[in-house]
Amino acid sequence: MKYGVAISSAAEALFSNPMRSLLTMLGIIIGVASVMVMMSIGEGAKASIEKQINAAGTNVLTLQPGNMNRGGRNQGGGSGRPFAESDVAAMADLPFVESGSGILSGQANAVSEEANWTTNIQGGNAAYFEVNNWKVEEGRTFTEQEAQSGAAVVVIGKTAAANLFPDGNVLGQRIRVNSVPVEVIGILESKGQSGGGGMGQDRDDTMIGPLSMVRNRITGGNRWVSRHVSRIQLLVQEGYNMSEAQDEVTSLMRERRRIEPGQQDNFMVVNFADMIKQRAAVAETMSTLLAFTAAVSLIVGGVGVMNIMLVSVTERTREIGLRMAIGARGGDILLQFLFEAIALCTLGGLLGMAIGWIGVFGYAQISQAPMVVSPIIVATALGAAASVGLIFGFFPARRAAQLDPIQALRYD
Amino acid sequence: MTPPRAIISCRDLTRVYRMGDQEVRALNGVSLDIHEGEFVAIMGPSGSGKSSLMNLIGALDRPTSGEMWINGRALSEMNRDELADLRNETLGFVFQQFNLLARQDAFQNVRLPLRYARKDVGDIDARAKECLELVGLGSRMDHRPMQLSGGQQQRVAIARALSNRPRILLADEPTGALDTKTTVEIMHLMQDLNKQGITIVLITHEDEVAAYAKRQIHFRDGKIETDTGNPDIERTVGAA
Repeated sequence: MKYGVAISSAAEALFSNPMRSLLTMLGIIIGVASVMVMMSIGEGAKASIEKQINAAGTNVLTLQPGNMNRGGRNQGGGSGRPFAESDVAAMADLPFVESGSGILSGQANAVSEEANWTTNIQGGNAAYFEVNNWKVEEGRTFTEQEAQSGAAVVVIGKTAAANLFPDGNVLGQRIRVNSVPVEVIGILESKGQSGGGGMGQDRDDTMIGPLSMVRNRITGGNRWVSRHVSRIQLLVQEGYNMSEAQDEVTSLMRERRRIEPGQQDNFMVVNFADMIKQRAAVAETMSTLLAFTAAVSLIVGGVGVMNIMLVSVTERTREIGLRMAIGARGGDILLQFLFEAIALCTLGGLLGMAIGWIGVFGYAQISQAPMVVSPIIVATALGAAASVGLIFGFFPARRAAQLDPIQALRYD
Repeated sequence: MTPPRAIISCRDLTRVYRMGDQEVRALNGVSLDIHEGEFVAIMGPSGSGKSSLMNLIGALDRPTSGEMWINGRALSEMNRDELADLRNETLGFVFQQFNLLARQDAFQNVRLPLRYARKDVGDIDARAKECLELVGLGSRMDHRPMQLSGGQQQRVAIARALSNRPRILLADEPTGALDTKTTVEIMHLMQDLNKQGITIVLITHEDEVAAYAKRQIHFRDGKIETDTGNPDIERTVGAA
């Protein structure tokens, strides 16, 4: 094959009629742009879900009182009788539980010397940080001893820290939480938003203190359950079957709450990572569907390219005849028109990528949703465009290559 | 059959076209030898078969029956690619309508056969330049066909036909679209080329053009009617 002459002839044909080339490319441009936007949204969703799974921890079980679905009515979690610290201790003694933490959460009004900020406060024990995958960026977490004794200390999230201490000097500062003086001993690493689409909560707008301190001095106790907690989190040993763990935790809790066989649970055991994964599967299906739709528009663009290539072959029949007369082989002619179609589609693909990138950027700005433009997406979009050129250019190119030299020369 | 020694050799060629139900016998048993260095004019009224013969000699078409050899090779034994290579290496074409590529300048047009060549042709640009100088267009290499006169365009076409140093030049009514003065110029150029050893086969229906050839073959109804030397050849040589 004589590549040089095929490539230069193809390029010449492409630029001799720029308006037509551009219009032909339009289908490819739109196709590639939409493939790129769809894939970026999908990748972005995947990345944010991975982040959420990491934040929730894959091997964490959460127990909440009440049941989402009692008697067919959705009652919501957290509406039943709360658990007690003795429940936490019993759960933590299960052989497959690495550590457990009771959690008490509430709203708190925090006041520093400089500012005043309403945020949520979590009470937990020392294991809380490990179970929830919280890492300390500066300072330290509280010890088990401090948790037990109810020391007046808190570890605060990035957002709360920024609002309470605009000048950035955080560690060792005293603040008043619901009028209770506490010392800030650590700042948590950022976890960002929970959930996508700008509707999630800011997970960094929080503070964490020892459970007993939070209960006794900030949120207050429960009338019916002494030493109550609003949630229990259990860190299950790595490698242990999560659904088995879920069953065992459920049956132990039913025993402790004296629920008769046949009666419904009045609590829930949830594996958040599992829930997120299910949601991710739905999102994946959705983005696959969208990408498929985009691919259809690419195919429609390909048909447009084929149409114009057929016109181009017809228009240049005499030229093809001449090239054959002076010694071009069928393969040379095939290559020339194939290159023209591929160049048309690849150029359209590049333009489409530029537009798609603007679209991705714009969408990310408006929706606050994370979007990812990875090299894989770029390669896929461009590869798809070139393949469309190859596939839809082949038929017209072969038709050109199989022309009879005499008839082609005499054509007008 | 051993291949004849002539550079173009035809034995019993027929070419039948099918037009709907009708069969048209364009060539009806033509046998012909053309030797290296000849300058042959093929003449005859339209429909006499001269163009059909030219297409066969040019390896652009295949006969319905009969056999032919170009440069000692039987065309029936060659596939499409081999025929393309034969056209590229051994034959040069000149057409009535010039058939230049409008988007390319003279230089690029002349280079085209060399770019399709599969054997090593050396410095393509130098050869193309040389050929354009040979036809007297060395100063107009960057002109596009639109910017050249008919005679100049035909000179570019001849330069293109010569670029790969063919042994045979096939010219199908090369002066059909040219005025008388330009016709004389082009025909003298052909005579010069013939003197340098290139075999020329020329189709024409004009006696004045055929007068430049050394041998004249008349066709009628798909057959050779007469095949004679040209007694008046001396009058045309060097008349310009």
